[in-house]
Amino acid sequence: MNFVIPSFLPAIPEIALLTLTSIILVADTIWSKRHEFATYYATQFALFIVGMLLLSNFATEQTLTFSGSFVRDSFGDILKLFIILISMGIFMFSREYLLQAKFYRGEFFTLGLFGILGMLVMVSAHNFIILYLGLEIMSLAIYTLVAMRKSNGKALEASLKYFVLGALATGMLLYGISMLYGATATIQFDEMAKVIASGSADDVVLSFGVVFVVIGLAFKLGTVPFHMWVPDVYEGAPTAVTLYMGTAAKIAAFAMLYRVLVEALPGLVADWQALIIIITILSLIVGAVITLVQENLKRLLAYSGIAHIGFLLLGMIAANPGGYSAAMIYVIVYAITALAAFGMIIALARTSSEFDMIADFKGMNKRNSWLALMMLFVMFSMAGIPPFIGFYAKVLVIEEVVQAGFTWLAILAVVTAVISAFYYLRVVKVMYFDEPDDSTPIEPVSRQLKWAVSFISALLLILGLMPSSLITLCYNSLA
Amino acid sequence: MVFGFPILSTLIWLPIIGGALILFLGRDRDSFAKWTALWVSIATFLASLTLWTSFDSSTASMQFVEKSMWIDQFNIYYYLGVDGLSMPLILLTTFTQILVIASAWDVIKERVEQYMGAFMIMQGLMIGVFAALDSILFYVFWEAMLVPMFIVIGKWGGKDRVYATLKFFLYTFFGSVFMLVAFIYLYFQSGSFSILDFHAMPLPLMAQIFIFLAFLIAFAVKVPMFPVHTWLPDAHVQAPTAGSVVLAAIMLKMGGYGFVRFSLPITPDASMTLDWLVIALSLIAIFYIGLVAMAQSDMKKLVAYSSIAHMGFVTIGMFLVYDIVQTTGSAQGAKMGMEGAMIQMISHGFISGAMFLMIGVLYDRMHTREISSYGGVVNVMPWFGFFAVLFSMANAGLPGTSGFVGEFMVILAAFKANVWYGLIAATTLIVGAAYTLWMVKRVYLGPVANEQVAKLQDLNRREFVIMATLAVAVVLLGVYPAPLIEVMHSSVANLLIQATTSKL
Repeated sequence: MNFVIPSFLPAIPEIALLTLTSIILVADTIWSKRHEFATYYATQFALFIVGMLLLSNFATEQTLTFSGSFVRDSFGDILKLFIILISMGIFMFSREYLLQAKFYRGEFFTLGLFGILGMLVMVSAHNFIILYLGLEIMSLAIYTLVAMRKSNGKALEASLKYFVLGALATGMLLYGISMLYGATATIQFDEMAKVIASGSADDVVLSFGVVFVVIGLAFKLGTVPFHMWVPDVYEGAPTAVTLYMGTAAKIAAFAMLYRVLVEALPGLVADWQALIIIITILSLIVGAVITLVQENLKRLLAYSGIAHIGFLLLGMIAANPGGYSAAMIYVIVYAITALAAFGMIIALARTSSEFDMIADFKGMNKRNSWLALMMLFVMFSMAGIPPFIGFYAKVLVIEEVVQAGFTWLAILAVVTAVISAFYYLRVVKVMYFDEPDDSTPIEPVSRQLKWAVSFISALLLILGLMPSSLITLCYNSLA
Repeated sequence: MVFGFPILSTLIWLPIIGGALILFLGRDRDSFAKWTALWVSIATFLASLTLWTSFDSSTASMQFVEKSMWIDQFNIYYYLGVDGLSMPLILLTTFTQILVIASAWDVIKERVEQYMGAFMIMQGLMIGVFAALDSILFYVFWEAMLVPMFIVIGKWGGKDRVYATLKFFLYTFFGSVFMLVAFIYLYFQSGSFSILDFHAMPLPLMAQIFIFLAFLIAFAVKVPMFPVHTWLPDAHVQAPTAGSVVLAAIMLKMGGYGFVRFSLPITPDASMTLDWLVIALSLIAIFYIGLVAMAQSDMKKLVAYSSIAHMGFVTIGMFLVYDIVQTTGSAQGAKMGMEGAMIQMISHGFISGAMFLMIGVLYDRMHTREISSYGGVVNVMPWFGFFAVLFSMANAGLPGTSGFVGEFMVILAAFKANVWYGLIAATTLIVGAAYTLWMVKRVYLGPVANEQVAKLQDLNRREFVIMATLAVAVVLLGVYPAPLIEVMHSSVANLLIQATTSKL
């Protein structure tokens, strides 16, 4: 038996991230006593290095390595790049948040980095074991992050809920994977696709496998009817961790969905398409209706996130490269918008108040009209009102789903979009039309966060005026 | 295009950039905000006049065209151009804008920069709606416009402003999303989002009917037509004066514009099949909403309902064409109805704007809009009384004012199509006169009703100039509408050909 040394080149960013994270993990224990923010800066630096490594060797075609279990392609690289960029934002917001909440610790950043490593592995997975590995690296990091504030009962409850349900979802996923393996005798995505296409696998076992895999993925994405954990966890977790779960992790979850459904199971499209249609319809409706009565902004964003995932899945239903590209744009746009929304909450949070109730935003226009305007951008972008980028994201998925012949789904989606508009408008209403309870001016915790929030929110408008490059980038990566 | 100068882009972006500047630099600098808004509005108006002066009225094709790639993946262009149907509406927008800015001058005291900024940005977006020739671009302007209006009504409006503004936003948003789906469907049939390509594309009847209905929902909400009109009285009553003026004078016209730009040319066969629906709804608007107007005790509500009734003439005038072709055998007779509808749009822009400004003048002094709180106003405000009676007469359709021309043309066309249509439409001459003149009697005429009325000040110089400008416009259009008709002649003729040529 001869042993071929695999090419490590495609995995350089992940290897670098692992190395740097390990170094930071050790170093944190040493330098955290003397330099409070050393770990933070090292974290940002590590992400910067990984981002540069990605860019310097940006994939133009698909490369497989590690016996075909790891893939590097432009689809993955684009998503990874956005994960890195968004994570840099997340950490910037997190640092201020942790300081305000008085539990600043270096571990937050190292755990965060491990989570990101898991995400990158998920994005590049090309067999089920690697996929599972990435998923678990990410999930374990997040479980711990949610529970980090040990004294807070809500956070502990959220963590436990997340852990138990997450484990259940993973169980479902593994069960499904084992069936698929049983039917096809391979865990490699492309080989599995070939076996299924050849028709030699048992249809019944495959169908069972698909159902369980889709349920597992749906759990992770937080779609109806597997969504019950989402609002509680979002609300209970420290906002910095909610930010982490609601943005970067969503991109990774989408990548996982794409890799499994499109690369491993294209032959079973009829099976998973039907499942996804049901999940999508439920997510759109529940996400639109239940959100109407939320008073907590984090909960509101959690439920609205369910509706957004519903929109994203519309692109998957189209089941063609155009549809996947539209879904890809949707998840990226959603992540950026959610970063701005949670970032706004963090920028305004103080030791005394989390600033996560809708009522906290009362009369924002009187207290800080610039931030009110930025929040207005975020809300209208989420509602899908032009000229903000959220509009194009919605138009593209609707376009693809109409092209695929599901015009009725498109109509359902736009009707739920109108319902959803109401609760985004409600936030705008509270900011602009209500009198503040406390009319003292309010400023973000630091100048840096003010700039960050402004930049990301303004980006929603700028991208909306010039959406062409983002659209072309994503469409070309899957063409 | 004049010497290759992108005049339409200038008209769109000058106010938007001006508005953004006011928003960012005008904090606590009210006079800066006001003067910048006024000068930018005047500059935009003057620039828009070049559209008129260098307009070629002998052709129906698009003029001042600008076209550049915007989103190449989907063949979406930044594509602007105007013809005889849209050019007058752009002028109406830039003209009204100056009055809107002037009307708020001493009235708005809170966050002036946000108020002015919102109106300036809104103006640019509204011009964009009339100038866009790419359907996605059109949709972007159409929807984006709701954002500043939402803020204007909700922030500077009356007691129930939040309810009114949410209703306004959600109704309009609900209507337009179906239009978006229709655009996307059309894109897959034609391979482009260009409105002109949509015009030229054949479509099966079933598809046409669905698209027609999608457009109908979008435009009927905007016009607004019975039974989706209920947002309008709420929005009007609660909006600040300038908001009402923009709503009535310009935003409602977008519904009518949508019918001539989209429904009739893109789905002519469906329009022919379903014209009875539009005609029936328009007649209900004219007659029933007219009666509803009569029962109002709030002046703004009365004018809001009368707007719905007047817009009924616009929609019926546009959809009479099929019946006229059937009875007379030629589309030539329908020209009068169509041109009447277009003139009615412009004229209603002036008159409704003027009516709301009048109410605004009274409201600023008395802080009530109840008809019963007034009486004998003309005794203490003679100049105001003069203008009020003039505009009210125009609203009732008195010959010699602009209100007469459009309505008369549409009624004549209606008689040509079907005597019953004509008869019902003509009831407006009675109903419209009744509610308007009855309001005039109760508010302006008679003895001075109470002490507050006795203390009223007549128009100041600013208000006088606003009113006089509008009065000139109303009378001029009433006695000499020929230039306006001439501008739209070729475009209307072309539209009638498109509307009567089957696309099956």
